[in-house]
Amino acid sequence: MLDVLQKLGKATLGFFERLGRGHLFLLQIFATIPGVLIRPRLILTQLYSVGVLTLPIILVSGLFVGMVMGLQGYNTLVDFGAEDSLGVMVALSLVRELGPVVAALLFAGRAGSALTAEIGLMKATEQLSGMEMMAVDPVQRVVTPRFLASFITLPLLAAIFSAIGIYGGYIVGVELLGVDDGAFWAQMQDKVDLQGDVYNGIIKSVVFGFVAGWIALYEGYDAVPTAAGVSRATTRTVVHTSLVVLGLDFVLTALMFGE
Amino acid sequence: MNNRTVEIGVGLFVALGLASLFMLAMQVSNLGTVTSSDSYVLTAGFENIGGLKVRSPVTVSGVRVGRVSAIDYDDNAFEAVVTMSIYSNYDGFPEDTSASIFTAGLLGEQYIALEPGGSMENLADGDRVQLTQSALVMEQVIGQFLYSATAGGE
Repeated sequence: MLDVLQKLGKATLGFFERLGRGHLFLLQIFATIPGVLIRPRLILTQLYSVGVLTLPIILVSGLFVGMVMGLQGYNTLVDFGAEDSLGVMVALSLVRELGPVVAALLFAGRAGSALTAEIGLMKATEQLSGMEMMAVDPVQRVVTPRFLASFITLPLLAAIFSAIGIYGGYIVGVELLGVDDGAFWAQMQDKVDLQGDVYNGIIKSVVFGFVAGWIALYEGYDAVPTAAGVSRATTRTVVHTSLVVLGLDFVLTALMFGE
Repeated sequence: MNNRTVEIGVGLFVALGLASLFMLAMQVSNLGTVTSSDSYVLTAGFENIGGLKVRSPVTVSGVRVGRVSAIDYDDNAFEAVVTMSIYSNYDGFPEDTSASIFTAGLLGEQYIALEPGGSMENLADGDRVQLTQSALVMEQVIGQFLYSATAGGE
């Protein structure tokens, strides 16, 4: 009995300890941002590995998500004779929800796990302590450029996801199923609001980029420096990022679109 | 990794992202302008426009020939004034053309249907369509139906 209580207490304390360390780590990142901005080349190389290399998966899944929505939406809407609203349905679901959320989940799987594994391995092979020995701040040199890169990348990826998804819906709805071309775009333009829908979607993806980068880097930086520790940290990155993104998405949606 | 490849890759990526944002802003949301230069304007007064909106289609025989470009209320005539921009390749509508507001499908969007008359004179830019028929408002239709049903049931 006492043993169970002890374990529970230990787990709770461990949770708060990690939470606190995570936020202190974030402050450490913020403090080193000015130093990184002087050397934009560091960010540029990270933009390549975080953003450009994630692009193929975003393009392909965006296209297919849009095509599936076009197909499913058409089959439902045609019963009500409202298939002209297909464009609205596809665009609103992509811009408001699916674009930011699915892009963030794919980002966690493709880029977040890679970031964690990379930094965890740097820690395991003592490259980070090596930098400290040479009076190079590893947070500034390694962590912050990656953080800024994911922060910049995710809104762009989400926008690309939404745009290509809408074209996917267009291909299926208009080209294959014969929805009126003009009604598809006109109703979409009528119902999708730049302020209310597109901007809010971008705000969401900015928040997700922030969170996804933060979790991935923290898990890597905080990993137990063994092979098993790095692999556990990588798993945790994907799981935690997905959970936090989905939870935050509900909160943000309630704030933006609720009364 | 070659420096040049990195730079080109990042450049392409950022350009693609910004192009998508631009596309979302202009093409998808209601910011883009639709009134192209090769169109002319007709107006029509309606007693009730129902759910008609700016950018709703204007059709003739089911073919789209233009869009609603503005909706106003005329407080002298107590009616809604709808401005339509019609593509200029469809410029042969007779003077006694009539305009009605219909609904596409049961729950679909509302649109203006033009029906050409038999006059020899054609409508020109800025002219007003004289014969109009308002939108059907569901409550009124149901009210009339209930009225006639109770009257007939006696």
